[in-house]
Amino acid sequence: MVKSAIAKRRPTSAAARRNPKSETRNRQSAIALDTSSFPGPDDITRVVLPNGIIVLARENFSSPAVVFEGSLLVGGLDEPKAKAGLARFTAACLMRGNERRAFAEIYETIESIGARLTINGGTHTSGFGGKSLAEDLDLMLSLAADALRRPTFPPEHVEKLRGEIMTGLAIRAHDTGAMASLAFDELLYPDHPYAVSDEGYPETIAAITRDELMNFHKTFFAPKGMIITIVGAVKAQEAVALVEKHFGDWAASRPERSPLPPAPRIPEVRRRFVPIPGKSQCDLMIGCVGPQRSDADFLEARLVNNIFGVFGMYGRLGDVVREKHGLAYYAFSQITGGLGPGPWQIVAGVNPKNVELAMELIVKEMKRLIAAKVTAAELADNKSYFIGRLPLQLETNEGVAGMIESMELYGLGLDYLRRYPAMISKITRERAQAAAANYLDPERYAMAVAGPEH
Amino acid sequence: MPKNGVFKTRLKNGLTVILREMHVAPVTTWWVWYRVGSRNEPTGLTGASHWVEHMMFKGTKKFPAGVLDKAVSRDGGLWNAMTWLDWTAYFETMPSDKIDLGLRLEADRMAHSLFPPKEVESERTVIISEREGHENEPMFQLSELVRKAAFTVHGYQHETLGDMADLRVMTRDNLYNHYRTYYAPNNAFAVAVGDFDAKQMLKRIKELYEPIPRGLPIKTFARPEPPQKGERRVTVEGDGETAYLEMVFHAPAAADSDFYPMVVLDSILAGASSFNMFGGGTSNKSSRLYKALVLTELAAGVGGGLVASIDPYLYSIVATVRKGRALEEVERALNAEIERAIDEPITEAELAKAIKQAKAMFAFSAESVTNLGFWYGFAEILDSYEWFENYIDRLSAVTIDDVSRVAKKVLGKGNRTVGWYQPR
Repeated sequence: MVKSAIAKRRPTSAAARRNPKSETRNRQSAIALDTSSFPGPDDITRVVLPNGIIVLARENFSSPAVVFEGSLLVGGLDEPKAKAGLARFTAACLMRGNERRAFAEIYETIESIGARLTINGGTHTSGFGGKSLAEDLDLMLSLAADALRRPTFPPEHVEKLRGEIMTGLAIRAHDTGAMASLAFDELLYPDHPYAVSDEGYPETIAAITRDELMNFHKTFFAPKGMIITIVGAVKAQEAVALVEKHFGDWAASRPERSPLPPAPRIPEVRRRFVPIPGKSQCDLMIGCVGPQRSDADFLEARLVNNIFGVFGMYGRLGDVVREKHGLAYYAFSQITGGLGPGPWQIVAGVNPKNVELAMELIVKEMKRLIAAKVTAAELADNKSYFIGRLPLQLETNEGVAGMIESMELYGLGLDYLRRYPAMISKITRERAQAAAANYLDPERYAMAVAGPEH
Repeated sequence: MPKNGVFKTRLKNGLTVILREMHVAPVTTWWVWYRVGSRNEPTGLTGASHWVEHMMFKGTKKFPAGVLDKAVSRDGGLWNAMTWLDWTAYFETMPSDKIDLGLRLEADRMAHSLFPPKEVESERTVIISEREGHENEPMFQLSELVRKAAFTVHGYQHETLGDMADLRVMTRDNLYNHYRTYYAPNNAFAVAVGDFDAKQMLKRIKELYEPIPRGLPIKTFARPEPPQKGERRVTVEGDGETAYLEMVFHAPAAADSDFYPMVVLDSILAGASSFNMFGGGTSNKSSRLYKALVLTELAAGVGGGLVASIDPYLYSIVATVRKGRALEEVERALNAEIERAIDEPITEAELAKAIKQAKAMFAFSAESVTNLGFWYGFAEILDSYEWFENYIDRLSAVTIDDVSRVAKKVLGKGNRTVGWYQPR
């Protein structure tokens, strides 16, 4: 029926594909909403275990399900450039066998109960998450703990995975979106870890040894800074007790991570074209270094970005590139920063003959966003959207868990959702414009295009 | 009277309404479904249903283009639309006190979409761009060709997006005619799930929808596919370094009692399906095909897909060939598993696992009103909303013999089409 592996057989839709998902994640609050029903300090249990693990739990007995979402302070930033892909490769190995269960048993156990358990390596952090019936939470956390704490890196599975990653990289080399993104990061972040792909490259993946994977795990996977959020049909105290049972005696520690180097603005326009012959469409990516979550104008930047390339059907960019000129099925803008200053990027898929026109239009819109304040109506609409969206975002256990996880990871405070409407309401046209100008620069940006010659 | 909390009625103009109160979160979803999809499109008009869906976002007198989407967004809503083989659906999920906007908007565009000629032209290039984006993907190219080979007569043979040849020449009149023919209350139904009072909701729905006049009776467009007589094979040669294999079989329709054994078989072969709207669910690493193709290092991934449809559609298996391996090897290993499924009965444990997986995922489906709105509507298109409610009971009644019988019927060589994507 509906299975993610068969993406092509999904219904076709007007706007669903390649929506700027990451942008819609942390919005909330409503001027008219009763914010007291949102997760807050009075109904989120937060406990710090002696080994540094932060446990957050919120009860929801409306369905028999439970989800957990967690992160550890380990990622691509901990790997040397020559070993690009090491952190993700390591994370992928964790579900391949551990001291208590072999691969087949791990997945037979998870899939037999219709549950899901995943571990993914990222840049700053590695994430893990699961979903199951509430009665299976104990089992699920024991599986997660075994994976994170006691992996055995079975040699045959390391090689199986290596082959799968290499196949994935071969597919990536012919994927216009992925290749535009790789080139874009290299242009925008010279001499910075963000220029390096977390997935790695064929030559680095080929060279990573099992010992290096094991050593990476031993060195960097540790409880301090780990966050786990549990939301669903489990009493909060019980959820905390289960985390304590499975992770409480984890005593590993990791070396301090050196601070992320600065990511200065690039001094000029930098363009690169990645030829991928035989394709029908080019993907293009344009942008600048954006804010990180802790920047004072982060919410302003998000709001103005929403006006620029999200609101309605891709905001102003959608109006111009898609609606007026009919150039692209998708043309949107997104802010990707979190623990570090990720790019503020505009993404579009266009016919090769329209690449130049689309770029011109996008840069023109970037100029307009900086040169003139957004209109009062745009500001009001987008504030209303940011605030009004919250009930939908908090409808599911996943939505609530993701929100709580972000509040903890970015140090926003457990009362963040309750304060949020007031913070959004305070944003002015001037502050929105200033945030745009603080990051976007139509004279200094990176631009990458991948696809057939245009 | 509501049954299991679901209330179903029909308005005077033929519009069926399904209501389910759910007071977990202050959110309501509103869906309007039309019984028209790519199956209804004759040659020359392929892609019309999908294009019409796009045009439904281009405004009415009351809600001009650009006003609709901003209005929904402003109220914190989520909306979208989908076109598929048998149906086209529109939904708004909003904070419950704002859902009236969704109700008004859908009532208005059921009858009053304008299809401005300029917008038709601008959308032509957007849809062509959408198609070109898909054409960038080898799997899209392969799947399109496999589907065309598998169906010789039925309207399921072409992609929902339509053929490029038709997208280039279809006219505004073609599209508007398609809209006027199929967008009528007697060819539609609506579903609301969420935090509302059913009585008040029905009253409001009547106010807004009952004045919309009934359309002409709609003749079902059906050209039954004759039985396949022998294996068909197709090859796409294209860019990239990666080869893909797709194998499809004509499969039972959703309302056919054989559909349920087919679900069990799919679950055992390729992993359990999710009840989340489009994806999610569990992994498939304990499935037979993962073990036979991926753990043996022949493929980098494998998946199966059984589509619930009004007429018999396809059960498909797709494998990504691992770097350094050959399509022949992957097909050989897949054939061995297919033969095993035909020749040997599944085990009690496999059957029990498939049912338990489905139960867990069914439980997860109730978390989001949007998801429930989708499933009630989807089930109603296929059969009746009860199809969804009875799903687990029907699945639980499947026996090992049922699965054997259906495996023999569906997975035979003569019933399949095999496609290879070969890098040039």
